[in-house]
Amino acid sequence: MNSILISVIILGSVGALAALALYAVSRRFAVSEDPRIVEVEDILPGANCGACGFNGCHDFAVKCVDRGGVDGMNCPGAGSDGMKRIAAVFGAESVDVVRNVAVLRCAGICESRHAAAIYHGPLSCAIVSAVSSGTESCAYGCLGCGDCIGACRFGAIKLNSDTRLPEIDENLCTGCGVCVGNCPRKLLQLRPYGPKGRRVWVSCSSLASGAVARRNCSAACVGCGKCARTCPFGAIVVEHNLAVIDAAKCRLCRKCVAVCPTGAIHTANFPVISPSSQSDSSHTASLL
Amino acid sequence: MTLHTFHPGGIHIPDFKLSASAPIVDLAPVASLVLPLGQSIGSPSRAVVAVGQDVAAGQIIAEPSSRISAALHSPVFGVVKSVGSVDGPWGYPEQAVVISVGDAQPEQGGLADMEGDMPGQIRACARPYIEKVRDAGLVGMGGATFPTHVKLDVPPGKVDTLVINAVECEPYLTCDHALMLSAPAAIVYGVRLAMAIVGASKAVIGIEDNKPDAIKALSVHSGDCDDVEVIALRSRYPQGGEKQLIHATLRREVPVGGLPSDVGVVVMNVATIYALYEALVLGQPLTRRIVTVTGPEVPRPANYRVPLGYPVRELLRLSGVELGAGDKVVFGGPMMGRAVTNVDVPVTKGLSGILVLPASVAGRASVDPCVRCAKCVEVCPMGLEPYLISTLSRLGQVDEAVGDGGMMSCIECGSCSYVCPSSRPLLDYIRYGKGVVRSRKKR
Repeated sequence: MNSILISVIILGSVGALAALALYAVSRRFAVSEDPRIVEVEDILPGANCGACGFNGCHDFAVKCVDRGGVDGMNCPGAGSDGMKRIAAVFGAESVDVVRNVAVLRCAGICESRHAAAIYHGPLSCAIVSAVSSGTESCAYGCLGCGDCIGACRFGAIKLNSDTRLPEIDENLCTGCGVCVGNCPRKLLQLRPYGPKGRRVWVSCSSLASGAVARRNCSAACVGCGKCARTCPFGAIVVEHNLAVIDAAKCRLCRKCVAVCPTGAIHTANFPVISPSSQSDSSHTASLL
Repeated sequence: MTLHTFHPGGIHIPDFKLSASAPIVDLAPVASLVLPLGQSIGSPSRAVVAVGQDVAAGQIIAEPSSRISAALHSPVFGVVKSVGSVDGPWGYPEQAVVISVGDAQPEQGGLADMEGDMPGQIRACARPYIEKVRDAGLVGMGGATFPTHVKLDVPPGKVDTLVINAVECEPYLTCDHALMLSAPAAIVYGVRLAMAIVGASKAVIGIEDNKPDAIKALSVHSGDCDDVEVIALRSRYPQGGEKQLIHATLRREVPVGGLPSDVGVVVMNVATIYALYEALVLGQPLTRRIVTVTGPEVPRPANYRVPLGYPVRELLRLSGVELGAGDKVVFGGPMMGRAVTNVDVPVTKGLSGILVLPASVAGRASVDPCVRCAKCVEVCPMGLEPYLISTLSRLGQVDEAVGDGGMMSCIECGSCSYVCPSSRPLLDYIRYGKGVVRSRKKR
């Protein structure tokens, strides 16, 4: 009985002393952190994608608190809603954030291109593009090894088994732009999500002359300039045999889509007007 | 007598020198020649001719655009047909000058060896010679295509020995071998000219023991001069690597990240030496080179001496090659050469050989897991751990691959991939990692 009592007293007093020491140390060396950092971090997606320009989400939160607001800060992952909530943490009203999504500027499916080579090495776009122009005829098109899919932190890119091209899920895409830097061909581009998700873009990146581009891929932009001449808003410029639509000037009239001889201009989220129309409810459907 | 070779690592590969006994066949230019502007390492040359302009044989058609760049000359009399984009061997477009060959061509002499006695001590003032070499458009002809005038431009007193790379350690290739048999005296003279330019008091010519006739031919001509020594080396790949060759011939070790000149050496390829002889003695710019066309099922393996811009498809036809689906055409040797996706391209300054592998042997074996046999470590001539660097690079940990693994010392000889019993693509991932590091540096 006595020995039980002694051990309880000894252990109890050791525990009490340790608790006191811990309390004293934690008070002495306490690091005071602004509670708003945690609040902001909770709203952020936590993907540490780096799209904001800072070293991960924590760093972004710290910088927000340092600046005492969200002026000049933007987390594409959190989106417009998230940024508003972050602004609310600092008592600010609302922030206007343009929502971007990634689009693929290549529509070279197996039927439109032809095989140029057989490749046996590791399946990585970066390695393939360093070895040669790839297994397909076009030296500018998608290599289809999925470096962008591996790079996406939000699981927004998947390979379509029919087209063999990556497909971007606009609901999951946050517009962080990590995929843009991971494509050795620079085929992915961030474009404004657009009103009701409607957007128009040239789904080709070929800088080859019209004849060569056409020979290598039937879906290529041949740089004929019809779209640029048709556009009432001067939003399209043909440079180096490739049409580029300036999203800031584009008013989504889709006159260019109708005149494009190769169907290289793609659209997203427009209502279907007639079955013969080029435009479609989703850009993935127009690829097929 | 035991022959010298390099340490550590290296592999012995069957050499398959199918065209070793084939004489050099001189070919006349075809109707039009395509001369790409990017024929050397560094920046592409800048075209100085216009479409429709008449050009003479040996006339400069593109000049160096920066310090590390080379001049380009027309091999023929003709008219500039176009200056613009053509499809390159790897499917990417490249800039080129196309020349329509004129009807009347001057008599093109064959490969000429030097006649008469070897001149005595050569005393050269380096600067005018280096300018002549630059104006002749010389580049390293072993495949690396480094502009020769930059290599020769070493600070006085820094270099004591010139090492001549005549090992031709790549299987199949015989262009250097054929050259050594045809023009040994000119090569020895060229070596002595190069020695005078870099200020070296001694030169060694390293030749592998699978070319006894070449060793003999060069020894006969270097016999009179005690400053040029021919060294027979035990055949071992990659003996033609700069650092390996310096170790094999001189037992000197180039420091990590250093250059051969740090140990008092300049290394030059034997074909470059012959081009140097032509440029300085005969006054001819670099407009022709020897190309080996070979392969296990090539009907007529041969060594051709062709004007630059000569179509590769025509060379394949002359050797009786009919390409089938899945056949692999490699520019260079089987170890360090690069498979091409387009054979409608011209011969360039760095094209030492065209290797045709039939579809049956062109593929790769299936990749199995690493069995930790360490064969790659054993054979790595740079003393690296290829399995480790390769894995780190594949996982995107290039900083560790560089810091702990010494990835940037890799010479990409491919010995590790060659010996791997699991056929792992070790070199592919190492190259990928090196590419990542280089692109970061650019930024």
